Amino acid sequence: MTDLIRLSAAELAEKIHSREVSAVEVAQAHLDRIEAVDGSADGPGVHAFLHVASEAALESASLVDASLAVGTAPASPLAGVPLALKDVFTTIDMPTTAGSKILEGWRPPYDATLTARLRAAGVTILGKTNMDEFAMGSSTEYSAYGATHNPWDLTRVPGGSGGGSAAALAAFEAPLSIGTDTGGSIRQPAAFTGTVGVKPTYGGVSRYGLIACASSLDQGGPCARTVLDAALLHEVIGGHDPLDSTSIDAPVPAVVAAAREGANGDLSGLRVGVVREMGGEGYQPGVRASFDGALRQLEKLGAEIVEVSCPHFEYGLAAYYLILPSEVSSNLARFDAMRYGLRVDEGASAEAVMAATREAGFGPEVKRRIILGTYALSSGYYDAYYGQAQKVRTLISRDFAAAFAQADVLVSPTTPTTAFPIGDKVDDPLAMYLNDLATIPTNLAGTAGMSVPSGLADGLPVGLQIMAPALGEAVMYRVAAAYESTREPLVAPEVKA
Amino acid sequence: MTAPTLVDFDDVVERFDPMLGLEVHVELNTNTKMFCGCPTEFGAEPNTQVCPICLGLPGALPVVNRTAVESAIRIGLALNCDIAPWGRFARKNYFYPDMPKNFQTSQYDEPIAVNGYLDVELDDGSTFRVEIERAHMEEDTGKSLHVGGATGRIHGAEYSLLDYNRAGVPLIEIVTKMIPGTRERAPEVARAYVTALRDLIKALGVSDVRMDQGSMRCDVNLSLSPRDSGVLGTRSETKNVNSLRSVERAVRYEMSRHAGVLDAGEKVVQETRHFQEDTASTRSGRIKETSEDYRYFPEPDLVPIAPPREWVEELRGTLPELPWERRRRISAEWGLTDEELRDLVNAGALDLIEATVAEGAPAGEARSWWVAYLTQQANTREVPLDELPITPAAVARVIELVASGELNNKLARQVVDGVLDGEGTPDEVVAARGLAVVSDDGALIAAVDEALAAQPDVAQKIRDGKVAAAGAIVGAVMKATKGQADAKRVRELIIERCG
Amino acid sequence: MSSRDQISRDEVAHLAKLSRLAVTDAELDLFAGQLDVILGAVARVGEVAADDIPPTSHAVPLQNVFRPDELRPGLSQEQALSGAPASEDGRFRVPQILGEEQ
Repeated sequence: MTDLIRLSAAELAEKIHSREVSAVEVAQAHLDRIEAVDGSADGPGVHAFLHVASEAALESASLVDASLAVGTAPASPLAGVPLALKDVFTTIDMPTTAGSKILEGWRPPYDATLTARLRAAGVTILGKTNMDEFAMGSSTEYSAYGATHNPWDLTRVPGGSGGGSAAALAAFEAPLSIGTDTGGSIRQPAAFTGTVGVKPTYGGVSRYGLIACASSLDQGGPCARTVLDAALLHEVIGGHDPLDSTSIDAPVPAVVAAAREGANGDLSGLRVGVVREMGGEGYQPGVRASFDGALRQLEKLGAEIVEVSCPHFEYGLAAYYLILPSEVSSNLARFDAMRYGLRVDEGASAEAVMAATREAGFGPEVKRRIILGTYALSSGYYDAYYGQAQKVRTLISRDFAAAFAQADVLVSPTTPTTAFPIGDKVDDPLAMYLNDLATIPTNLAGTAGMSVPSGLADGLPVGLQIMAPALGEAVMYRVAAAYESTREPLVAPEVKA
Repeated sequence: MTAPTLVDFDDVVERFDPMLGLEVHVELNTNTKMFCGCPTEFGAEPNTQVCPICLGLPGALPVVNRTAVESAIRIGLALNCDIAPWGRFARKNYFYPDMPKNFQTSQYDEPIAVNGYLDVELDDGSTFRVEIERAHMEEDTGKSLHVGGATGRIHGAEYSLLDYNRAGVPLIEIVTKMIPGTRERAPEVARAYVTALRDLIKALGVSDVRMDQGSMRCDVNLSLSPRDSGVLGTRSETKNVNSLRSVERAVRYEMSRHAGVLDAGEKVVQETRHFQEDTASTRSGRIKETSEDYRYFPEPDLVPIAPPREWVEELRGTLPELPWERRRRISAEWGLTDEELRDLVNAGALDLIEATVAEGAPAGEARSWWVAYLTQQANTREVPLDELPITPAAVARVIELVASGELNNKLARQVVDGVLDGEGTPDEVVAARGLAVVSDDGALIAAVDEALAAQPDVAQKIRDGKVAAAGAIVGAVMKATKGQADAKRVRELIIERCG
Repeated sequence: MSSRDQISRDEVAHLAKLSRLAVTDAELDLFAGQLDVILGAVARVGEVAADDIPPTSHAVPLQNVFRPDELRPGLSQEQALSGAPASEDGRFRVPQILGEEQ
């Protein structure tokens, strides 16, 4: 029998829908794989999952099988295909923690819109994946439930915040997963694990039920091992949601068609912009070499490579680390031990219990950012920090607009380095923040971006970032699929758990 | 705590000028909350009108209620404000258990309506213009119930219980500019302003404006400056001023208290105070440990509101006749004196009478029913007049039945009682209670003859031309017919039979 | 980067209090040092001359997104209280509140 876990989502869907295999078999194969390689926070293993919902997954898969058995058309092109959901989307039947102690054991009384769309599409939700606490971090080491390990080298981080979702793909625990990207939390882990991760246009995927990190930057998106799989998932989760005021009321870009078209390997007439300011100092030589190789491939596919300048991108990181903590300080105020979540009963007053609970329930990185954000929003500092950061945001959007006038897509390395060893940067916040240097401008501008594997450097995966204008996902997927067609897939070494 | 020294009010206004500012919160009567689809009704079981959004659950997002925006714009237009062409909600960040997100979503610094005014009529018939700084949208908080301790108040409570049914109910906050030049009329102006605002908002139909239920709440800002000094005083902000009378009393009390502080050569503390209904005084709130910094920033989960001009003009077209214009018109139509009009307004009867007239009743009868019998019933039942379970249409129908002779006044009151007791419409009550006037002459003649026979001396007097004596026979007939006879007809028959 | 301290230990203590975080002394020391470095780095936003640049608060060019004033099913009392650390009589039970309502 084919090794089901090695198949792409598109291949699995075809087999399930033609009833060559059952959705239950497919779900079981992945649950077995999770059992075999995921381990636990204390033991060896990938530790991509915080919660595995075996029963619910098999139940959901059996419903798909039953429906197909009576000749009903599949609910979606991905009906019956398993998926790992980042533990930041609410699920009525599973705990939702956002990687934080403060929400340990919390069972939301409602499903996120994205969760509901996955269910309606017949996708099998295997469980919830590990993440940096409240999506703040670039290594998944800031999870309150222990770090996730990179399947390529278990001593290294898988990136973050969505390290669990990316590692689950690389370790063949799931063919699809969901991430959220606030400053690179989908793309950077994709690069570190040799997988595909897409940050859609802001407003393209509903945020209703996504536990907020920074509301104006957060965006849920698809993760997969192939560009086509990401596109299939993108079309399932994307589209207007009246419950999210920032949701764009427009059709989902036709990314599946674009991915299929791109797979033909013809990019003639397409202009690919290289951002002069991205990829110089601070980028690992192997990463730069991989990027140069990717540019040559794109040229071979017929694309025209043009150089563009985005002079304000260098201020992106600074603006981001003001806007994000500011929004975080407000978004996370609700975790106060009054209505849900952890309560530490120290002290006789509501105020004392709030402070004790937040102290005990939040990790150091979350506390640091809350304090930083509180500072940046304070009346005496607002203009110099938050206000000025918002102006930088405008300038970065203008840089993008000018660049997209000269190029259809922009490219850069996704990250300055490959996956670093666990523990390397955990005590040096600023070094950790530099991971997101190349991914942040896209979040600030609300545009689209994705990472596709571009080979290995010193045995570790490297990602190519492709950026497109708002709602320009189709061209982005087309370029990604064309580039993917020139390469052998990256397969992580077998995990020894 | 030592009691503050209070200066006699007349003495205060001799030597000081009050500077008045009023902030009024109005809960809108939309079907649903500001940012979610939960109901807004008052008085439901705790935590039954909540959802992930108004409970501030992780992941939930707000979406603005269109009708709330329309109500805000209509209030702004009625207050002669400019409607802002573009504005955002902001987050006002502070921790408090009655606030599920620990920030309040408010248009605080980009209000939808700015720079208006309200002309307020004072008791002497003169008009005072109160300038409006802004009207903005925000959301209400939940309610806490303090358990343990002697008073049921927050101080000394052992713990608190929270109900979030009210959390997220749309609020419009209407803020006046500082009101100068009120002098001894400051308490009256404050009361008249809040009254006029209440009437205006009621006429717009956008809120119940019930101060007793908290759907209209007032904060009074007050400072004093020594007469003609040009020096602005330090202000106090008095909260919990929850009736029209309290507005007046709070201003009066704070003027006397400020003057006492200033006379003692001390400085007025800029603070929040709480109005005490029972003693008509104010008490200091707890001094905050740290100065509040609300860290406002634009609400990223909501997009800007930019009301198109056509929308605003369309809403302007829906503004009703303003209450004071309407009063002037009604007063002229019904031939009321100013005093009569004021009595009707104060009794809350004007709308009801007008609605009854609109249902076809003559103004005199409609007025008489509402200010006499129905007001009395409202008092007995201890509900406001407009909450009596009878509609103006029902009252008009009763009046019609009397006019057509089908009911007399006594029966009409019984019919009204039936309606108030929930027995149905006037016609249903008439049918069910069998209350129609006995208009069958045959039956009446028999009763008249019987009464005349029972009182031969009275019958003789009538025959002798003493028609006034007929009253006794009328009474007897009415008694015999259980009040269901038309008294006028009975009288005619008596005279006929004695003729 | 400026050599003077961007943020003092006392300021961090004040901010922690505003943020309802009962931080330890050790954390205060740690955070003060780290925040100082971070603020030094993010202060770079001030290098951009942006007097005439409008701020961007939203990354999406939307406005006037409204919902009709129609009821939507919410939560039952039981669901609402399902995550509550303590409840009583259909209400969330919380310890004694010291501050005044705002």
